[in-house]
Amino acid sequence: MPTPLPSTSISEVSDSKTIALQMEKVSVYYGSNLAVKDVYLEIPEHEIVAFIGPSGCGKSTILRCFNRMNDLIPSARVDGRILFDGEEITGKRVDPVELRRRVGMVFQKPNPFPKSIYDNITFGARINGYQGNYDELVERSLRGAALWDEVKDKLQESGLGLSGGQQQRLCIARAIAIEPEVILMDEPCSALDPISTIKVEELMHELKERYTIVIVTHNMQQASRVSDRTAFFNAVATDQGGKMGYLVEYNHTQDIFSNPKEEYTRDYVSGRFG
Amino acid sequence: MKTDVSSRVVDKGQKQSHFTANLGSRYTIDRIFKYAAWGATGVSILILVWLLVTIVADGIGTLNWNFITSFPSRRAENAGIIAALVGTVWVMCLVALFTVPLGVGAGIFLEEFAEDNWFTRLVEINIGNLAGVPSIIYGLLGLAVFARIMQPITGGRSVLSGSLTLSLLILPVVIVSTREALRAIPNSLRLAGYALGATRWQVIWSHVLPAAVPGILTGVILALSRAIGETAPLIAVGAAVFISFLPEGLQSQFTAMPIQIYNWVGRPQEEFHYIAASGIIVLMAMLLVMNGVAVYLRNHFQKDF
Repeated sequence: MPTPLPSTSISEVSDSKTIALQMEKVSVYYGSNLAVKDVYLEIPEHEIVAFIGPSGCGKSTILRCFNRMNDLIPSARVDGRILFDGEEITGKRVDPVELRRRVGMVFQKPNPFPKSIYDNITFGARINGYQGNYDELVERSLRGAALWDEVKDKLQESGLGLSGGQQQRLCIARAIAIEPEVILMDEPCSALDPISTIKVEELMHELKERYTIVIVTHNMQQASRVSDRTAFFNAVATDQGGKMGYLVEYNHTQDIFSNPKEEYTRDYVSGRFG
Repeated sequence: MKTDVSSRVVDKGQKQSHFTANLGSRYTIDRIFKYAAWGATGVSILILVWLLVTIVADGIGTLNWNFITSFPSRRAENAGIIAALVGTVWVMCLVALFTVPLGVGAGIFLEEFAEDNWFTRLVEINIGNLAGVPSIIYGLLGLAVFARIMQPITGGRSVLSGSLTLSLLILPVVIVSTREALRAIPNSLRLAGYALGATRWQVIWSHVLPAAVPGILTGVILALSRAIGETAPLIAVGAAVFISFLPEGLQSQFTAMPIQIYNWVGRPQEEFHYIAASGIIVLMAMLLVMNGVAVYLRNHFQKDF
């Protein structure tokens, strides 16, 4: 028996905005477990959209649908329509390798390759057949991630020698080196100290000019600081004893935090649970 | 309300008595374990030193350049180990040539490509079991398959037959250690590669394998160290004990150091026991060189991180 969902409120993006990513009735299963149910979502170009919600509500799972990282989990199955630039990206006809060049990703824990800073940046470009000058690409990407001045004299040194915050910006530089249209960030600051967090947040504001950004965060202050729109996910217990996530409310960040339509949202953003 | 106060004081006293630090006896147990562990280490090192000292004392007198460069002889003072030494080098090179591509390849397949189904689980269980099969069984298999059935190819009781037999023996070890080395690579490294639009092979070749090389090398060298000392399977396959020529090709007859040593130890004359000890010194020196190379390679590859 499908568990009925509590009421939800999803605001549509106004017509004047171009939609970069869109979800229609997306559900994700792990094996026979329904992990996230019936997500409808529209993400406009050049905006930052934050996913917030308690643990286990499926926000990371939904994020990974956009670059099909769920394909790497053998038991995962994604239902529904996911559109990127108006084209469907689910199904066999779309190559996930090609998709991931256009939809980059930054992970929770900084994970630079155990190679030089230079090679970290050029790897993605090399495998995707980059035709231009690699030295310029490295400088451009590192400048784009506000890291150039700190590392320009040690490009041949290991990326693992950098501090945590620098490593995360290296990962962002690595992601933008392959000129994606969207950058997905899965709790990018949760392993960083407050100063590094601020640097990454400032960087996100700059990146917004050129990229669409979707960020998962546990930190509600971060969501309110950086994002234009916020999606609040919640989890309900299922009959089988597991948890099932669903989208409660999606709106402009200001409305989510100061004028939420749903009671769950109000309780969560005011710190009453989660 | 005096009673209240006094009862509170009693309470306080009881609270303190909930814990008895007993530091003295806890530290005593600490010390006992320290000495026990120290003793265990000491005993094993002592046995090893004793073994080395007796071998060196027995063998150093007859260990000279003449011993290393001479062929076996019926007279102990003329006998040398060159045939066995070169035979062992031949066998080791061939075994490495067969097991590295096969074992590492199989390990990569099972760890990175194979889906988790009944077939791969069956393969896994069997590889685990094969690693524990006694070496003489491999010797008999080698005799039947490589020396007899495949005689037109291998030339019978040849270097090639012996090497193939030892390769079978250590393949499971190489496969298992390759898989363990790959499993130790954090998944975040793979995800980083995939997220940049890499295919599975690009992720494995560019990131997973380079990171796993030190672990894989260690496993391969340990497996080869096992192969170098194996005697039983080579005797079963039919390595000769008295050979006065060096192997000229894959189908050539051969002998190996453990067999030569075994043969000398079995002779009644005491002189042969001394040159057996000399042979053991040469074998251990070779083992030491192999392990040294392994440590060097491992450190070299780890520096590149």
